[in-house]
Amino acid sequence: MAIEGADLIKAAAFIGAGISMGLGAIGPGVGEGMVAAKACEAIGKNPQEAGLLTRTMLVGQAVSESTGIYSLVVALLLLFVV
Amino acid sequence: MQFDVQTIVQLSAFAGGGVAMGLGAIGAAIGEGYTAAQANLAVSRNPKISGDIFKNMLVGQAVAESASIFALVIAILLLFLDAPGATPLKAAALFGSGLSMGFGAIGSGIGSGFPGGQCCLGISRQPAIGSRLTTNMLIGSAVCQTPAIFSMVVALMLIFMDFSNSPLFPTWAALIGAGMSTGLAAIGSGYGGGLAAGVSCDGIARNPESVANVTTTMLVGQAVAQTPSIFGLLVSFILLFKTFPESQALSASMALLAAGLCTGLGGIGPGIGNGMAAEGAVKWVARNTSRSGDLMRTMLVGQAVSQSTAIYAMVISLVLIFVL
Repeated sequence: MAIEGADLIKAAAFIGAGISMGLGAIGPGVGEGMVAAKACEAIGKNPQEAGLLTRTMLVGQAVSESTGIYSLVVALLLLFVV
Repeated sequence: MQFDVQTIVQLSAFAGGGVAMGLGAIGAAIGEGYTAAQANLAVSRNPKISGDIFKNMLVGQAVAESASIFALVIAILLLFLDAPGATPLKAAALFGSGLSMGFGAIGSGIGSGFPGGQCCLGISRQPAIGSRLTTNMLIGSAVCQTPAIFSMVVALMLIFMDFSNSPLFPTWAALIGAGMSTGLAAIGSGYGGGLAAGVSCDGIARNPESVANVTTTMLVGQAVAQTPSIFGLLVSFILLFKTFPESQALSASMALLAAGLCTGLGGIGPGIGNGMAAEGAVKWVARNTSRSGDLMRTMLVGQAVSQSTAIYAMVISLVLIFVL
């Protein structure tokens, strides 16, 4: 089985895309879960502010999501552009 | 140095068996250690009911043990497997089977230790509702085992399915990828489900009237935390059952391997995160039962957002399998 240069680069790009999105998904997943846990705690302590707390939770999660989206962009670049 | 096919298949079966049992022992050992540690604490708080606590500890540990018993079964199957007339593809399938079961037992083993430990502490706090706590512990830790069961299903399919008509390249990568996808994704779901189950035992012990709301929230939270491992199972099934055209190109194999790796790794974080969200909600449903509707809603919204990265990972895997 002869391996050519172009094939090798494509193979590396595919593996890179898989690792990028796979590892990149861990952090946002855990981080957003922590945010949701703390939001539930805050609502339990202070139910009147449930609307405000949910909004704050969503904004915090959106920021935490960004690294997951970076991973997605890098994976798509590796798959379709490189 | 030339090996015949039989030797290579046997070699990978032995390697797979070692991986299955070696990785599979991690989770249950940590989980049971946690249960025993909390049981010690519980006995020190309330030495008069040490017998009840001891019994409950053993029941909890027995459930946590099951993930590593699955791994033992797969390892023994791989060690004593007799595969006459096997093709080289069987070697990849057997190693993939070991990877699936080995990784898959980690999360469930650790996770089901949490309800066991918290249940022991709960009994020392409220000896009168011991049997209700034990029931809740058993429900919670049974749900924690689901990801390990998914892994065992994939491992058994990899051992017993017949791949002799598929081309070696790139199917070998699909089979290893199928094992890694379910195995790795099970880590997060098992651990996350355990977080929710553990805190529910604590909550019921603090506020026994809240039992119905707490158990419901726990089950909903655990069900959502299970989703990443279902994504992993889905990608594994696609990799197992799709026929791939023969291709000697390295990139065709690596695309399938990366597809399995991507959904597998990508499921770890959302699984743990969903479990944390469920943990927070269950904890406060027990303390503030009148607000259980608000808490459940916030939990589900938070979990949905936390799920998104697992969905991105699955999309990348599906692109790798179907588009490229």
